[in-house]
Amino acid sequence: MATIVVFAEQTNGQARRASLECIGAARSAGGTVVAVTCGEGASGAAAAFGKAGAAEVICLAGSGPFSPDATAADLAAVVRDSGATAFLAPATVTGKDIAPRVAAHLDVTLFSDVTGFASSGASFQVLRPWLAGKALATLTSTAPVFCATTRPNAFAPGAPVDAPKVSQRPATAGGKATVTAVEAKTAGKLDVKEAGVVVSGGRGMKGPENFGLIEQLAAAFGNAATGASRAVVDAGWRPHAEQVGQTGKTVAPQLYIAVGISGAIQHLAGMRTSKVIVAINKDKDAPIFKLADYGIVGDALEVLPALTAAVKAAKAQH
Amino acid sequence: MKIVACVKRVPTTEATAKLAADGRSLDPTGWQYMLSFYDELAVEEALKTKEKQGGEVTVVTLGPSDASKEVRECLARGADHGVILKDADPAARDPRSTAKALAAKIKALGADVVFTGRVATDRDHAAVGPMLATYLGWACVGEVHALELGAEGGTAKRETEHGVETVTFRLPAVITCNKGLNEPRRASLKGIMAAKSKTIAEEAPLAVDTQTLVVKVELPPSRKAGRIVGEGAAAVPALITALKTEAQVL
Repeated sequence: MATIVVFAEQTNGQARRASLECIGAARSAGGTVVAVTCGEGASGAAAAFGKAGAAEVICLAGSGPFSPDATAADLAAVVRDSGATAFLAPATVTGKDIAPRVAAHLDVTLFSDVTGFASSGASFQVLRPWLAGKALATLTSTAPVFCATTRPNAFAPGAPVDAPKVSQRPATAGGKATVTAVEAKTAGKLDVKEAGVVVSGGRGMKGPENFGLIEQLAAAFGNAATGASRAVVDAGWRPHAEQVGQTGKTVAPQLYIAVGISGAIQHLAGMRTSKVIVAINKDKDAPIFKLADYGIVGDALEVLPALTAAVKAAKAQH
Repeated sequence: MKIVACVKRVPTTEATAKLAADGRSLDPTGWQYMLSFYDELAVEEALKTKEKQGGEVTVVTLGPSDASKEVRECLARGADHGVILKDADPAARDPRSTAKALAAKIKALGADVVFTGRVATDRDHAAVGPMLATYLGWACVGEVHALELGAEGGTAKRETEHGVETVTFRLPAVITCNKGLNEPRRASLKGIMAAKSKTIAEEAPLAVDTQTLVVKVELPPSRKAGRIVGEGAAAVPALITALKTEAQVL
């Protein structure tokens, strides 16, 4: 069976969900997975990577600060040493930074943000969106090593492997660029790309002071992140990290709730592949209702408290 | 300082996807084009760097001759030179062949720093910046929203899923630009006039075979028609029921 090397991310020993999905994608493509992880607490996440389908976990061990170029060189070396025919990384900010460098070291091309994986005989085939999801391309490669990043929420973690082999490999020290400080996110705050549920607010929220209602709805779901439309980010109501759309982040959660967002093409480009879309807007002709599975016509500030209470009640029943 | 901004012209957000007859590409008939949003930030950061450090800004694009419109706009904003690496079929380029062609040109230009957008909003690979830096053997900081650049190196901030990273790097380097880094300027009338006498060189790019084969292109399956469950807060119970029983996401 083909060996697939996966760049697996963890934070302080906690495996990141997008990496577990990436391992699952590699398994679905028919590979034996070698997960390579790094950073503080790396070995603590090894069991979680095994549980998601990695047969082997290699921890890049080093004491220096994280360097994307040094890490990419180490990953390329693992790919070469293991004779892998594919390299995958999650399409997270870090994964999208590392994977192109690994591909360049191997002198092969990269397929970013793939949403589906199929093996066709000896070669790999992937699905990926073009033009912000307006078209879907099935692609394959003539490269000796197939490199791709997998979109968060598009794949499920793989079947567990009992007692994966865990080893250490010395990390290359130094690097041309190094991370000298990380201002960590509030614990438990999910990124909009990784969350299973996204609650986004737009101009219909009427002002930045009302976004507490968006946060409360997200908190009621538990596994949710907050998002925002371009209009409210440009107006300075919300940080850019929350922006969903062509000039923000592309998300594909199980459930996307657009509150007070009219649904400009710009925004739709970032969330059209969400599994279920709910729209709340006071304008019954808003374009967002054309895409939404379920809509409520009404004032966001009036509907949100009722919805938050109802979601809390529904969750309490479980 | 020799500063390069790598830019791409992309279809506008309004462009609709129509399948071409071959089933493996899109029909560009009727598309309008623009500078990719994040490349605008790259051009602005290049101009700001020139204003602080001195030097020259060269705008490089890989694309058709028609991209001269977008390159001319960069010249009007203050870039000194424009280069079009003229490609008969830019759509056939993959990230590797694009990065290798750009690397060859940037090496020839003897650049100290390259700015480019974090992603081009057509193929959305977000791969060319880091690949380019790797082929050049340079430092690269991706998705930068704050930058301090000196003559030898600098410090950049970028936001990842686990927090905001501060990255220290030395030159030469490739910086990919994210929203928040700057506000792109508009061309002044004087700039527009000055751009008319600036030359845009057209050159053949380094020939690199693509490794990407398109099996097929499809339009995404259309979503099942949705419905309005009701009006105002009174519609919340109907929505909850639908999310629980139909959609099964609650």
